[in-house]
Amino acid sequence: MAKTYFTEDHEWLRVEGGVATVGITDYAQEQLGDLVFVELPEIGRKLAKGDTAVVVESVKAASDVYAPVDGEITEVNATLSADPALVNSAATGDGWLWKMKLANESQLDSLMDEAAYKAHIG
Amino acid sequence: MTGEDTRHLPLEDLHQAAGARFGAFAGWSMPLTYPPGVMKEHLHTREHAGLFDISHMKLFAVSGPGAAALLNRACPLDAGALEISQSKYTFFLNEAAGIIDDLIVTRLGQDRFMVVANAGNAVEDEKHLLALASDFDARVEPLDRVFLAIQGPDAWAALARTGIETGSLLFMHGIEPRPNWFMSRSGYTGEDGFEIGLPEADARDLVARLLEDERVQWIGLAARDSLRLEAGLCLHGQDLTPEIDPASAGLMWAIPKEVRAAGHFIGADALRSILERGPAQKRIGLKPDGRQPVRAGAALVDADGNPAGHVTSGGFGPTTGHPVAMGYVNTALAKPGTKLFADVRGTKIPVDVTSLPFTPHRYRKG
Repeated sequence: MAKTYFTEDHEWLRVEGGVATVGITDYAQEQLGDLVFVELPEIGRKLAKGDTAVVVESVKAASDVYAPVDGEITEVNATLSADPALVNSAATGDGWLWKMKLANESQLDSLMDEAAYKAHIG
Repeated sequence: MTGEDTRHLPLEDLHQAAGARFGAFAGWSMPLTYPPGVMKEHLHTREHAGLFDISHMKLFAVSGPGAAALLNRACPLDAGALEISQSKYTFFLNEAAGIIDDLIVTRLGQDRFMVVANAGNAVEDEKHLLALASDFDARVEPLDRVFLAIQGPDAWAALARTGIETGSLLFMHGIEPRPNWFMSRSGYTGEDGFEIGLPEADARDLVARLLEDERVQWIGLAARDSLRLEAGLCLHGQDLTPEIDPASAGLMWAIPKEVRAAGHFIGADALRSILERGPAQKRIGLKPDGRQPVRAGAALVDADGNPAGHVTSGGFGPTTGHPVAMGYVNTALAKPGTKLFADVRGTKIPVDVTSLPFTPHRYRKG
């Protein structure tokens, strides 16, 4: 059964079988505005919590998306190369950014659930 | 989000009601985007009419028997040669011919001119102009106005619907259609359009009537920036600075030949010697390969990895459908078609030097 977590940096993680699918929240995509480019990481890259995993670029600015936990990239959403606006239209669905194999599942305990995240963004 | 010293637009409540997202720019809290978002706002302006609140910009009335002489000192300009209602793009230069600010000067009467200056330099411009004015029989009066821009192919028709006829007003001309109003056919998008300075009460009335027209939409600062970048227009503080002279910036067209040769403007000697030896760097357009934007500050290198210049403005062009940028490169590399590379977070993005603008200007010149 998949479980969804949220970070203070407005990312979501859907975790199933030790692999997390990661994206940005609807709130985050609204703040960023229309995305025109997503710089995706290489598959196999090992990330520590807080490393820049992806750079999302709007018309106006580039913003980092950080690895919410330690792990290794297993898949990236290649659709975004041709259609970066998918992050705007489906942030928590088809606009996911990458999948990572978790190195330390206990790190998930410090993340928020949906109710806590909703309270966080007010 | 904004500090105590942040200045607020007189019409801020209208922007809040329209659902604007605000951000800080040049000491002001400015509407960056409205609910449609930068992409749709940009395209709407090119297709219909965009309404911009640019009250952060500053209008100065310069008047008196020495007004033209004052402007001729402050700017590489022959103010007395302007016809009444004619506007001219010009600059305040420092002694080294560096650009303190870029401005539009309009002659309103025999001894009366309107100067429109940038928000970021308004305080400095005022000090500069007032200090110079003491040597001339001229008065400099900063005006308290709401300043609106309406830009796009339907701008004239939208104004006509509110009872403001623009038919005889051509690009780069300005008039005073009503008491305390200043209206010029100019803008910062590359489209036909108007800039109107007017008292707040009149502005509220005009905005309400313009927005009844479905062709007119509020447009935020984010789209203002992407529109001007596609149009190849400079942003002072990025593409123009007090370290950059008009020759390097490719803006010598703004300085009449006689003024170049014999004008007594501040920076004249420095500019003449720059012209004599040729500028070391030139402003150019840059078209990045692919979809990844190349932004201000990115270093440019040539095919061998030698430093070539840097990017001063960059982003995505919603109308062109690809990233667009401008910057400065060594003069030898300024030829359109030259292949360079921009360093973006360690990745070398191929970029082509290209002529500006990226989207053709559609001014109403006659």
